[in-house]
Amino acid sequence: MSLLHLLTLSPFLIAALIPLLGKAVPRLHKGWFVAALSAALFTILLGYSADIRGGSPVIESFDWIPTLGISFTVYLDGLSLLFALLITGMGALVAVYSVAYMNPEEEDLTRFYILLLIFMGAMLGLVLSDNLLTLYGFWELTSVSSFLLIGYNHAKHRSRYGALKSLLITMTGGVGLLSGFILLYVMSGTYRIRELFEAGAPLVSEPLFLPAMLLILLGAFTKSAQYPFHIWLPDAMEAPTPVSAYLHSATMVKAGLYLVARLSPIFAGTSEWFWFVSLGGLVTLLYGSVGAVKQTDLKGILAYSTISQLGLIMCLLGLSSLAGVFDGEERLLYAAAGTAAVFHLLNHAAFKGALFMVAGIVDHEAGTRDIRKLGGLVQVMPVTFTISAFGALSMAGLPPFGGFLSKEMFLEAVIEPLHAGIFRLETWALLFPVIAWIASVFTFIYSALLVVRTFLGRRQEALSEAKIHEAPPLMLIPPALLAVLALALGLFPGLVAYSLIRPAAEAILPIVQASGERMPSDIKLWHGFTPALWMTVGIVATGTVLALTARRWIGLYSLFPPRLSINRLYDASLRFFERITVRVTSLYMNGSSRSYVKYILGFMLLVLGFILFNSTGITFRVGAYAQIAPYEWFILLGLTASALSVPFAKSRPVAIILTGAAGYLMTLMFVFLRAPDLALTQMVVESISVTLYLLCFYHLPKLRTERQAAKFRLPNFLVAVAVGVLVTLISLAVLGTNPFDPVSDYYVRESYESAGGKNIVNVILVDFRGFDTMLEIMVLGVASLGIYNMIKLRRKATDVGSRHVTHEGEEADDEAARLRKAQYGHDGPDAQPEDMPQSRTEGGEPDAER
Amino acid sequence: MPKGNDIFLQNVSKVVVFIILAFALYLFFTGHGSPGGGFIAGLMTAGALLLLALSFDIETVRKVVPVDYKLLTAAGLLIALCTGTGALFFGEPFLKHAFGYFDLPLLGKTELHTALIFDLGVYLAVIGVTMTILLTIGEDN
Amino acid sequence: MEVIAAVVVGILFAVGIYLILTQDLLRIVLGTSLMTHAVHLLLMAMAGLKGGAAPLLDRGKEEFADPLPQALILTSIVINFGITAFFLVLSYRAYQKLDTTDMDQLRSESSRHRGRSR
Repeated sequence: MSLLHLLTLSPFLIAALIPLLGKAVPRLHKGWFVAALSAALFTILLGYSADIRGGSPVIESFDWIPTLGISFTVYLDGLSLLFALLITGMGALVAVYSVAYMNPEEEDLTRFYILLLIFMGAMLGLVLSDNLLTLYGFWELTSVSSFLLIGYNHAKHRSRYGALKSLLITMTGGVGLLSGFILLYVMSGTYRIRELFEAGAPLVSEPLFLPAMLLILLGAFTKSAQYPFHIWLPDAMEAPTPVSAYLHSATMVKAGLYLVARLSPIFAGTSEWFWFVSLGGLVTLLYGSVGAVKQTDLKGILAYSTISQLGLIMCLLGLSSLAGVFDGEERLLYAAAGTAAVFHLLNHAAFKGALFMVAGIVDHEAGTRDIRKLGGLVQVMPVTFTISAFGALSMAGLPPFGGFLSKEMFLEAVIEPLHAGIFRLETWALLFPVIAWIASVFTFIYSALLVVRTFLGRRQEALSEAKIHEAPPLMLIPPALLAVLALALGLFPGLVAYSLIRPAAEAILPIVQASGERMPSDIKLWHGFTPALWMTVGIVATGTVLALTARRWIGLYSLFPPRLSINRLYDASLRFFERITVRVTSLYMNGSSRSYVKYILGFMLLVLGFILFNSTGITFRVGAYAQIAPYEWFILLGLTASALSVPFAKSRPVAIILTGAAGYLMTLMFVFLRAPDLALTQMVVESISVTLYLLCFYHLPKLRTERQAAKFRLPNFLVAVAVGVLVTLISLAVLGTNPFDPVSDYYVRESYESAGGKNIVNVILVDFRGFDTMLEIMVLGVASLGIYNMIKLRRKATDVGSRHVTHEGEEADDEAARLRKAQYGHDGPDAQPEDMPQSRTEGGEPDAER
Repeated sequence: MPKGNDIFLQNVSKVVVFIILAFALYLFFTGHGSPGGGFIAGLMTAGALLLLALSFDIETVRKVVPVDYKLLTAAGLLIALCTGTGALFFGEPFLKHAFGYFDLPLLGKTELHTALIFDLGVYLAVIGVTMTILLTIGEDN
Repeated sequence: MEVIAAVVVGILFAVGIYLILTQDLLRIVLGTSLMTHAVHLLLMAMAGLKGGAAPLLDRGKEEFADPLPQALILTSIVINFGITAFFLVLSYRAYQKLDTTDMDQLRSESSRHRGRSR
């Protein structure tokens, strides 16, 4: 365990302590603990940046499951450091923001912050793991914590729907990811990323190379909401705004980008990787930006915008992989795309985080996020307006903000493939600049609409009456910091260009460093009249015109048939699978426990029968058995006869007495088999059991008089006979096979010597196997308490067949009640039965019956 | 529970119950050397009480033995558990027993065994369980 | 004798299973009891029935019946008592509440009951 391990695991530790900390200092908002931890982690991580910049990654190993080759190796290089700083830095800001956003009196803060911390820990573990399996584990943990955070308002149907959607889609990708990792292991024999890099070139020629790549990309694309898996992200906006800002724009959705960047050294240089990653990103970029324009919810716009920006970075990562194909000067030209990707990642975190927080502020103060109802807020919220203007300008790609620089670098990178002349780029390379330009125009439009419709123009009537004022300072500081960062990244890119961006980009493309070059990282605000600049001018001009006339052409969106949307496909396939599952399950799960017993017995017959007839070591020995005395004949025959007549008994008392007879005959049998303890016990137990049966009849006389013999059923009969025959065969096999000496000799020898008892059976019970006996009396105690509960405390539970105990005062919203009604066909388990109050006092006390 | 008014049964059981109880105690104490032990003795004791309940009624049992049988179960479990834990204080594994031979007045040379305490726990727990079950069902209407 | 015991064990098992597969709750309880007896006999028979004295020391005997299965069976008898009692009370309560001990009727009855009482 090293400092880095501790650092990765500390969020989990604090998560476990949050309830206690909350109790210790009840007046302090729990968000401060998270903020403090994140800030501390951020500072510690910054301390590593000097090492990383010097080109020496930190690696610490810790064997976790050595037999499976799973170790928890922490590897900190430029890329990991960038992400880790992003996670902790954004974490600190979001935590501070949430202190103002989450009301401790209305919200379940403990749950919220525990989940947030678990997510943070998982995310740190993800970016720091060097082992693919550990990475996968953390990957799924981020999905799970995201699922729980989206469903934070679990009473709302939309929340649950969004949570489930995100879980299903990202988990599907997760399964693909795991399969891809396993395929990589099959090819290379290692799960360690470092060693995979060294395995290098020979992997490409393996037949499993392409499937592994596609499966891993499935994982990355689902996580990073790439088209067509993007549909979960807009629905994930049901989460509280701090969560959206943190998970669904700055960190978790970038896990897919991280994975693509991290594994680039393995896959880069192949045409499939290039086309899938860059084209997937390009399509997502276009789709997201076009989709964002028609959104009316502030968070909806931001969600689609996030999708589009993620596509942009994905596309850049794809383009940068061309660096693996070329040499020298050309290699550096393509490698610039990698630098751009890293830089845009940083910019996006800054401006999108600020915008999300602004959306939360607007929602908080104005009570709505619908841009059709908003407007004119600039008069009452000037600070918020300034922040969102900074964010939107950076997002639109206007100088002098960071977004402008990375957008320029992106535009340059998409022009570059025109000269590549490989991978069929001769024909298709024009696609890149054209689509990128269109998408950028739309990005400009939605950025403009976002600010203009919210803050400028006339205020709607409903809003002008409400008293809207500026948000509290605590809520404004985090987005303000991010907005300033967005500006600073544009004015002084040199701040991060060499310390953060170059190490990260070099981790994506180690091939550049290997050939003795350094990654191009001179990012300047002014770089002359390049084609990219002219494209930007075109974007601004076209975008302004289109944004001003937006109301005229927005109707075009309705031309797109909703039947074809991917959401419809998702819903339909979900319904389809639900129906199929229900149908398949009800084929054998018919609710009758008798059928289940038959399945179990049938399976037992199959397995045991198969073993019995296939094992060579089993013999059926004949002869050398004990003599059978006449009275033993009598007992065994009596036992058989009484047992066989039980099914034919018409009345229940007769059946009980016949079973009792079998029990007493067993008592006799024990006497003759020289087991006095057993005989005594069996006799008393049998007497008490029969009394118990008869007591039941005494209280339910009707039960006694119901006369009905068990109906003969052939399948049951056949199963029963088969089991009987099998058991006979097994006992014969056991008799004939003696693989080892009986252990009981030990007990006979040691009983007096070391335990001081002469009754060996009793010594075994209380001494040698005393633990068994203790657990046994515990089982008995539990059984008696169960019986006591069934009889005495019966009205405490609401009703027969209901597993739910009533929670008084539980208030569910109408939506949940409606859904429950649809599900159960009635008001659900929370409805109150009328006899509830008095039953609490009656029989609740154990001494009440005296 | 049936309300008995069978004079013959009642008079016989008055005597027999004590014989059974005495036999149960005998079984309990000799359990380590000859047939018997906590289980059998416990069931036997419960059987005696059951006979009492059948020939008279449950109220009689409650009057004669005014014990909350649930507590008896708990006490039995606790004794068994404590006997086991006791060994831990002497650096021995859980449930390791000790015994020795002592010369006691009246009884002569007697073996004293911690296993007997464990068996006492079993004894009490079995009585408690059995009687809880029987009385619960018997009192239900 | 062991072979005959094995056959009896098979018969007891078959009857027990058959009873467990019937619809009547009470017969199911009886079925489990019969199966317990079968298992006890099986354990005794598997250890060999060829004799020796009861497993009590200091009685002038050298050969003993196997004490280990006896200890196991003793545990099993007592546990079985607890389980049987529990089953029995369960069916007793089911009958009290729903007026039937038929498994199939219980199922429809309990769902109807649940629907109505809300």
